[in-house]
Amino acid sequence: MNFTNEQMERYSRHIILKDVGVKGQKKLLESKVLIVGTGGLGAPAAMFLAAAGVGTIGLVDFDAVELSNLQRQIIHLTKDVGKPKVISGKETINEMNPDVDVVTYKEWVSSANIKDIIRDRDYDFIIDGTDNFPAKFLINDACVLMEKPFSHAGIIRFQGQTMTYVPGEGPCYRCIFENPPPPDKVPTCKQAGVLGVMGGIIGTVQATEAIKYILGIGELLTGYLLTYDALAMEFRKIKLPKNKRCQVCGENPTIKELIDYEQAVCDLKS
Amino acid sequence: MTIKINGKDVTLEKEVTVKELLEVQKVEMAEYVTVQINDEILDRKDFETLTVKEGDVVEFLYYMGGGAI
Repeated sequence: MNFTNEQMERYSRHIILKDVGVKGQKKLLESKVLIVGTGGLGAPAAMFLAAAGVGTIGLVDFDAVELSNLQRQIIHLTKDVGKPKVISGKETINEMNPDVDVVTYKEWVSSANIKDIIRDRDYDFIIDGTDNFPAKFLINDACVLMEKPFSHAGIIRFQGQTMTYVPGEGPCYRCIFENPPPPDKVPTCKQAGVLGVMGGIIGTVQATEAIKYILGIGELLTGYLLTYDALAMEFRKIKLPKNKRCQVCGENPTIKELIDYEQAVCDLKS
Repeated sequence: MTIKINGKDVTLEKEVTVKELLEVQKVEMAEYVTVQINDEILDRKDFETLTVKEGDVVEFLYYMGGGAI
């Protein structure tokens, strides 16, 4: 792949970085990142990955854009209300960076489709930007079983957390949280609210992890949970061990197939 | 005795079990909190028997959903 003059200019601030350079930028353009959920976390993650020149971005989301999304889901505009989020996201990315091939999946992820979606373009890295625990555990288990790296994140109120899983290198999400909480026991953003910028901070950390993984630079949040408290303006990096009792990546794993957990009733669309 | 909970020093009058610690610290929805002590994730079934010792580094890890909706 040879860069055009326009690409040399577009990515000049990357190319000048010793750790990126022409070689790194080429890696980014040849890379494929799947973003599950085009909402609070997925929107900023997708936009920064697109701007960075990640060549293939997969967007998974069944929802349509709602007015109440626009306080934080910055990939969608007021004119997009009612439009499928994956289409709205694709349009914004195409306008921002024509180098990016956006693949859309207007679906909810489940045990029936997630492996096929990940296999579709053989994505290099997966970003969990979902809003519910069944999807978070599904993504974790699929990535562990398929040996794919991914970034977990969650945001609520003024709090956020994120960790990065790399096969064979550290704990998975299930090492820390064994099973999804029962439906309705742990509040969602819809029930509890979320400061709009939370996804911007945490989703951008997820995008940073994807870029670092693709470039093979720096230290990932593998074996760490990064927590962010916006009110205290405090980041903490908590060291996490691998859990030998983990049901999916421990010494005697019992989970070998994907599980569809029950979704909180209040989150289901009527 | 003094321990660290989520990065902050906390003084306790006496040794307590993990279950008691969750109660004393008024941790909301304690049944859904993962507890890590000195870089080890505890098995829930040990909460009632395992005691927290002077200098222990305790992390309460909370489920966090959110993202899309």
